[in-house]
Amino acid sequence: MVMTADSPGKKIEVDGLRLRYGAKEVIHGISFHVEPHEIFAIIGPAQSGKTSLLRCINRTIEFTAGTRVGGKVLVDGEDVQQVKSVYELRRRIGMVAPLPVGLPLSIYDNVAFAPRAAGVRGKDDLDGLIERCLRQAALWDEVKDRLDSLGTKLSGGQQQRLTIARALSHQPEVLCLDEFSIAIDPVTTMRIEDVLKELKNEMTIILVTNLVQQARRLASRTMFLWNGNIVEVDRNEVIFSDAPASKHTLDYVNGIFG
Amino acid sequence: MGDGAIDLAAAAAERRQRASVVARGAASRRRRWELVGESALEWLIRLCGVSAIVFVFGIFFFVLREGAGFLFHGLNLRQFLFSTEWYPTSQSNVRYGVLALIVGTFSVTTLAMLIAVPFGLGAAVFVSEFCSRRMREGLKIVIELLAAIPSVVWGFIGLGVLNPLIQKVFRVPVGLNVLNGALLLALMSVPIMVSIGEDALKAVPDSYREAALALGATRWQIVYRVLLPAAKNGLLAAVLLGVGRAVGETMAVLMATGHAVNIPHSPFDPVRTLTATIAAELGEAAAGSQHYQVLFIIGILLFSITFVVNFTADLVVKGIRKR
Repeated sequence: MVMTADSPGKKIEVDGLRLRYGAKEVIHGISFHVEPHEIFAIIGPAQSGKTSLLRCINRTIEFTAGTRVGGKVLVDGEDVQQVKSVYELRRRIGMVAPLPVGLPLSIYDNVAFAPRAAGVRGKDDLDGLIERCLRQAALWDEVKDRLDSLGTKLSGGQQQRLTIARALSHQPEVLCLDEFSIAIDPVTTMRIEDVLKELKNEMTIILVTNLVQQARRLASRTMFLWNGNIVEVDRNEVIFSDAPASKHTLDYVNGIFG
Repeated sequence: MGDGAIDLAAAAAERRQRASVVARGAASRRRRWELVGESALEWLIRLCGVSAIVFVFGIFFFVLREGAGFLFHGLNLRQFLFSTEWYPTSQSNVRYGVLALIVGTFSVTTLAMLIAVPFGLGAAVFVSEFCSRRMREGLKIVIELLAAIPSVVWGFIGLGVLNPLIQKVFRVPVGLNVLNGALLLALMSVPIMVSIGEDALKAVPDSYREAALALGATRWQIVYRVLLPAAKNGLLAAVLLGVGRAVGETMAVLMATGHAVNIPHSPFDPVRTLTATIAAELGEAAAGSQHYQVLFIIGILLFSITFVVNFTADLVVKGIRKR
């Protein structure tokens, strides 16, 4: 991992980020940072800009027509707008979408997609990698006998875990999970949460979640995003205490609004 | 379960009764008309669906009836299918062998598809994935215009433009040959493939593209790793409609392939196709004569070929879906 002088201990630094969809600004100049090897939770009601924020980090936001990004996102001190290869940047950042998208390929090919795109060809390498990723996503036992059937035929919860396996397949430095537990039952959710606690040693995790308790369980720091503004970002001990800096945070965390 | 159903039925009856009390007169009359209209519409749609089947069988039946007499009494089927001698109007030595015509049809169609499939699918991918919105609108108008050109006009282009061009470029004495016909058929089927292929690609949800994008795939990797597998049924349909157009096309190949009954040895040999033979000779054959009936039997043959092509395609698509 390369660390430049101006970002000590900052895996991701967001500086004055603004995002417009056409005439409508949805993120109003926010700044925060994510430390290496932490689980950083982002909570907030719908339409707060949580998903858009993630898409700014790996620059898939450019895929949507009419978006304009202002401010800076730095990964390892490097401006994502100025990286040499945006494809390489995206492979450094694993992304799990809220609604699972199994690509119309076999389960094996789904997980092998990113490694192949990056140039991994050896059958043995791929086999090992795919088994490891599927195990980490708690899916291996259910699919090991039918790796060549279509990924889109899996149930919603299985597809979600498939996308997690896929996001791990390119061995990302940062793993972004966007409400990964929407389609999964509580038991599987707990299994994946355990996996995330272990993965923390290998990578930095950004967890966007609607479940306040999930943020409390997993994260070391939590950011409360509301209508494109940061209400509060702090250590969990503060956010989930009786006296966070903002009364809004207290109300949201305790389910009084949102 | 049974009690529950009775309860429900009773509740529904009660509701109906109450409704009828509330909505008397105009309202209930309107509802009756709505019901009548709805069932009438249902029958109309059913009729449309059934009529398609009726028409196909009707066409098959009438073509078969015209040719049946000779097909079942007198025609030497082996000679018909495996002889290259086609002398339908000879006084002394009548021969009805259509092998050369079959080979003619297949050679022109195959060459046409070899040209048209890469171009058609490539253009579909370009229009759907790689060009700007403005350019896409322009291209689509031009492509639709191309699909609307009548086949006789294509025939003229074959005679007047491609014929001298082929003579000059390939240094051959005659430019009316397999290559000429295949180029025309390719030009005619590409627009169909592009517009249907583009629809198929556009139908692939954007979430697939975005998921692949997030995995670090380049635009090309998205196309051949995600879009082509996801849209393969639609793309196959696009190709098959192109094939259908090529097999069935008559006028352009009649004018451009040289009209010589001949098994081709190179793309520069003239050939004659099944369709062109029917078009050229039916007007001169006396109604009911053997020659006339043989032309209808060729029609049955064409019908069978299209049926086999469609049926195979269906099996292929089902096979893909099952996996």
